[in-house]
Amino acid sequence: MRRRILPGFGLSLGYALAYLGLIVLLPLAALAWKASGIGLHGLIRLLSSPRTFAALKLSFVGATFAAVVNAFVGLLVAWVLVRYRFPGRRLFDALVDLPFALPTAVAGIALTALYAPNGWLGQWLVPHGIQIAYAPPGVILAMVFVGFPFVVRTLQPVLESLDRDVEEAAESLGASHPQTFFRVILPMLFPTLLTGFALALARAVGEYGSVIFIAGNIPMRSEIAPLLIVEKLEEFDYAGAAALGMVMLIASFVLLIVISLLQRWSRRWAEHTR
Amino acid sequence: MTASSTTSATGIRHRRAPHWPRKIGRSLLILAAVIFLAVFLVLPLSVVFVEAFRQGMHAYLSTIKQPEALSAIRLTLLVAVIAVPLNIVFGIAAAWAMARFEFRGKALLGAFIDLPFSISPVISGLVYVLLFGAQGWFGPWLQAHHVKIIFAVPGLVLATIFITLPFIARELIPLMQAQGSDEEEAARVLGAGGWQMFFRVTLPNIRWALLYGVLLCNARAMGEFGAVSVVSGHIRGLTTTMPLEVEMRYNEYDYVGAFAVASLLALLALLTLAIKTLLEWRYGDEIAAHAPGGH
Repeated sequence: MRRRILPGFGLSLGYALAYLGLIVLLPLAALAWKASGIGLHGLIRLLSSPRTFAALKLSFVGATFAAVVNAFVGLLVAWVLVRYRFPGRRLFDALVDLPFALPTAVAGIALTALYAPNGWLGQWLVPHGIQIAYAPPGVILAMVFVGFPFVVRTLQPVLESLDRDVEEAAESLGASHPQTFFRVILPMLFPTLLTGFALALARAVGEYGSVIFIAGNIPMRSEIAPLLIVEKLEEFDYAGAAALGMVMLIASFVLLIVISLLQRWSRRWAEHTR
Repeated sequence: MTASSTTSATGIRHRRAPHWPRKIGRSLLILAAVIFLAVFLVLPLSVVFVEAFRQGMHAYLSTIKQPEALSAIRLTLLVAVIAVPLNIVFGIAAAWAMARFEFRGKALLGAFIDLPFSISPVISGLVYVLLFGAQGWFGPWLQAHHVKIIFAVPGLVLATIFITLPFIARELIPLMQAQGSDEEEAARVLGAGGWQMFFRVTLPNIRWALLYGVLLCNARAMGEFGAVSVVSGHIRGLTTTMPLEVEMRYNEYDYVGAFAVASLLALLALLTLAIKTLLEWRYGDEIAAHAPGGH
């Protein structure tokens, strides 16, 4: 019925598919093909290299850690921005998107200028034994920075539409404020919190620009997997770079699938308790 | 935006006892959030400008007027001017197909459009090296015909298109789905041609969402680092965009120069945020409830 009246189905779909095929799918096919060239033996050798393993571990464990930090801080910031009125609230709200808008290279050198041993904050932190720049904590800090808006922005609309009646019912039944939050509000927010967590995690795993400046890129210690891909490319090891890229892609998709299963389960659980 | 804390959904004002512990708790939460945002967001932003002006206005201006900086600015603009319009056309075409017609594999198409958001920028650059690099699929053929894509401007454009491909489509699809096709169908019944319907009905209906998408797409296109870094080859004056110029100056210990170029990018980010906030505030209803992610 619609198809008869509205024009342009073939043109728009054909164009979109051709564009997507050329820009995204063909290059990804090249990645898979080139990666498969290294063979099972090559893959095992690649993954058993301590340096590659350390880099993959830092990228995935560091990103998970950063996403956990973001889940907590993001919940706090979203809560304060939605529930409370204070001077400058709108400005801070707009500023939450800064990590999206600020180019990663700029964020990288700015964070380094703050946390390097002679930096604004580093000169106070390093004498107390808190080294952030040129060490794993710096990697995680940059990952928290780039992932921060995801949790806040996914939570905000849900917090705004949260049914206040349930809270008031809990309070009128004698629940304390913290009790209401942890027993009533948090279970309702949990599936959304997981969405934000997954988005922040996905972004942090592949992050490059903001991390490499503050990381110091010390092999086995503060070197991330995307940097290792760049190094392999610079040595013209195309197959190794492609294989490592493919491993990262597959690992992050598996991670996202696990999170979405967890989410489905927690949503069902939240509906049950309601 | 939200109902004030003393008014419930039913509109009845509830008297809340002026509870001291609660008031203190609330102030502490606000304080914690504000301190976090100040240290975590405002401080890095300030450091960019302070470091850029460390040696005064004169040094700042002279470092920006250097030929490498100017060519980096020109290249950044050139890449965005090519990449953004191509993604506008794609975004509109994809949104038209997905929001106006039913077809098999629609969900899959949506997933493919989102794909660049879940891929590391480095991998986004890598895939083009594997296609067009010296050892890539088309490498030997390109070399024989003296066409340079990798370590040249076309590679920068391709990597940027890949990275920014989802922005506009993602903004338009949910809006056009929510708007429905009644007005367009009416225009057709009244005898409008296909393009007439598009320019008179569809485009005016989606213009603010389109502008919003273009804004985010452009910010990312001008600021992209990882993907562009892989295909650039870092040839000064030829293949270095502004973010790459920041990196090169920083690695050469030219901190004032690095932060000066970075300050231009930070200004672009602030301008983007200001326009974005204005659009959300003024035309929030016409931009649609968009899922965050990747922005």
